[in-house]
Amino acid sequence: MIPLNWYLFVSGMLFCIGIFGVLSRRNAIAILMGIELMLNAANINLVAFGRFMDPSVLAGHVFAVFVLTVAAAEAAVGLAIIIAVYRNIEHINVDKINIMKW
Amino acid sequence: MAESLRPIVSYTWLIPVMPLAAFGLILLTGRKGPGRGAYVAIGAIAASFVLSMLVVAWTVSNSAQSLKGPYVAGGHASAHIEYSNEPREEETPHPWQPVGIYNIQPYTEHYDLAPEPFARSVPWVTIGGQPIRMGFVVDPLTAVMLVVVTVVTLLVEVYSIGYMHGDVRYPRFFAYLSLFSAAMLSLVIADNLLLFFVSWELVGLTSYLLIGFWFERPTAMRAAKKAFIVTRLGDVGLFLGVLLLFWYTKTVNLREIFEQIPSLLGMTLHLGKTALPIMPLAGLLLFAGAVGKSAQFPLHVWLPDAMEGPTPVSALIHAATMVAAGVYLVGRMYPVFAYSDHSVSLTVVAVIGAITALMAATIATVVNDIKRVLAYSTISQLGYMMLALGVGGYTAGLLHLLTHAFFKANLFLGSGSVIHGTGTQDIQQMGGLRRHMPRTYWTFLISSAALMGVPFTAGFFSKDEILLEAFHVNKVLFSMGLAAAFLTAFYMTRLISLTFWGEQRDPQIHAHESPRVMTTPLIFLAILSVVAGYVAWPTKNLFHEFLHFGEGHAEFSWQVATMATLAAALGIGLGLALFWKRVIDPSIFRRALPWAYNLLANKYYFDEIYWAILVVPMFWTMNLLARFDQKIIDGLVNGVAYLTVALSILQAWIDKWIVDGIVNFTGGFVKLWGRFFRFAQTGLLQDYALIVFVGLLMIIGVYLYKW
Repeated sequence: MIPLNWYLFVSGMLFCIGIFGVLSRRNAIAILMGIELMLNAANINLVAFGRFMDPSVLAGHVFAVFVLTVAAAEAAVGLAIIIAVYRNIEHINVDKINIMKW
Repeated sequence: MAESLRPIVSYTWLIPVMPLAAFGLILLTGRKGPGRGAYVAIGAIAASFVLSMLVVAWTVSNSAQSLKGPYVAGGHASAHIEYSNEPREEETPHPWQPVGIYNIQPYTEHYDLAPEPFARSVPWVTIGGQPIRMGFVVDPLTAVMLVVVTVVTLLVEVYSIGYMHGDVRYPRFFAYLSLFSAAMLSLVIADNLLLFFVSWELVGLTSYLLIGFWFERPTAMRAAKKAFIVTRLGDVGLFLGVLLLFWYTKTVNLREIFEQIPSLLGMTLHLGKTALPIMPLAGLLLFAGAVGKSAQFPLHVWLPDAMEGPTPVSALIHAATMVAAGVYLVGRMYPVFAYSDHSVSLTVVAVIGAITALMAATIATVVNDIKRVLAYSTISQLGYMMLALGVGGYTAGLLHLLTHAFFKANLFLGSGSVIHGTGTQDIQQMGGLRRHMPRTYWTFLISSAALMGVPFTAGFFSKDEILLEAFHVNKVLFSMGLAAAFLTAFYMTRLISLTFWGEQRDPQIHAHESPRVMTTPLIFLAILSVVAGYVAWPTKNLFHEFLHFGEGHAEFSWQVATMATLAAALGIGLGLALFWKRVIDPSIFRRALPWAYNLLANKYYFDEIYWAILVVPMFWTMNLLARFDQKIIDGLVNGVAYLTVALSILQAWIDKWIVDGIVNFTGGFVKLWGRFFRFAQTGLLQDYALIVFVGLLMIIGVYLYKW
């Protein structure tokens, strides 16, 4: 059986790739994709711990399903915001979007 | 009879309450009340009159059955007054006790208290742990006073309908009269000194209000103030007397005080090094109140000035009832005065009474104001009553109070009718009014006869009794009384001659008779002025059986009666000779003895002396105090104010620069840091994400480091 550490390692890698995406990409859609990666890294963790700690209790699995739901809702809202931004300023380059300040 | 009336007597308290209610009602309704207030007042006093008559009927029948003597003393009295011309032998002369001028068996040796006829009381207040009950008592003395007050008040109020007709403050007049009668009636039924004192002050207040009723006139205003202040001087004494008795007996109830008199006899009050015996002191202090209220020498000066009030007021308050309250006070508190057969206080009462009687009568012979003649006559007659009480003539003094109330009220009302008809008060301008005002003339004549002591009028019986009592006790006092009787006859003859007889001297005056509503009370009072004396017929003195102090009673003496009648006849004859027939020129006295005339015309300079020795120093003192007040007290107040202002300025500076400074500094500090930190808010999404990530790393770093 594959040990727990391997799962954690994969999940950590996936999370780092997600953060890197969020912090370095200029395209808002790419940032959303990075966020999805981070969420899925968390999901891997949840499922892995759920399997290794106590397989009879399905708390990790159920929690992963909830995270998927939240991710779907977040993606919908995020994309709607991006579309609204695009309609107003005709690009989605987050480097240039800085009107929400003092 | 007595038993069937007993339930009614327990409602005696209603007698003063009804006029009091009328007072309140007139205050509320004013001009809109029935008869513009007059009918309310008259209705109330008529109700009081009826109730009083029932109470009097009970007292009389009760007295006839079982009671001998007044509530205050004398029920089972075994004492009697022994009259002798020799002064009593003194065993141990006390510096306070002059040679006894009368021979009365002292209250404390022989008198038991009568069984109390009727008294009711309710708890009132608690003073110094002593519960004080308020209530009323019905005894023969109360009955006599109830008759006097209700009868005269009723007739005067009816008369006032005519006299005060058209006055701008007509309802107020009747309100004041009602308040007065309420106070006076509660005064005569009071069973304790506290209620007595309260009523006493209330009648003084209404007297003040009614003397100053026409306050637009400066003289009336001044007379009201004078009356109030002068009587207050006496009232201080009265109040001290009440306090003294309360202090030593721990009660204000009259009967309880009288019961404790024997134990007070040897007691003294130490003032510094002088030891004052309690009983004479209490008597003298109480008498001071009577001197003020009854206008006795030397506090008589207010009563002539009080004539500035409306004439019905003079008749009711300043002739018949309120000024007699002083006599009533001495009569009511008689056991306090008659504590020994050499009572200092009774001696003082007698001497003051005699001086007052003679002095006022001499002044009355030269006064030209019709009301002031009667005012001095009133003072003189009140002196008579005091003289009677002072020489032990308890019954005689109070009989004279009763008869004098009727004839003097009538004389005042008659003079009011004259003033109403002629528009002047100066008797030198009048004359010949007999033809124009017949009803006023006849009633005035009858009452004058009563005042002069013409035989078979009321005044004859009472005056004769007084002179009789004085004759048996002290010849000097008797002579003064006799001289006053002579002068009384003289000045009343002068008054009638100048007013009603002869020819009219001032053609400007168009005299007319007063309306029926004014003359009818005159007729009633004239009848009373004659018949009131017959209760004291010399051979069968029913009044004495009803009201007496002890059993003693001076036997009727032809000698005294003849002397009294002769004195009156002489006075009348001299008056007729001088002022009617003009056999002798009236001005001869003025020319022969100018200094004596001036002395009398200036009323013995009492007002001037009081002005110089009392009022002027008072003004000085007051000015001094006013200046002290202005400079020192006001200076202090202003200084405090200035200090407050200075402190406030300092405080405002502190508030502005220190307190506000701290607040503003806090605000500025926060603002400064806020201005610095807001650069973190770039608006760039990835900056925030980076900060969150770095923060996360830092938390993890701290976690790992600590673990």
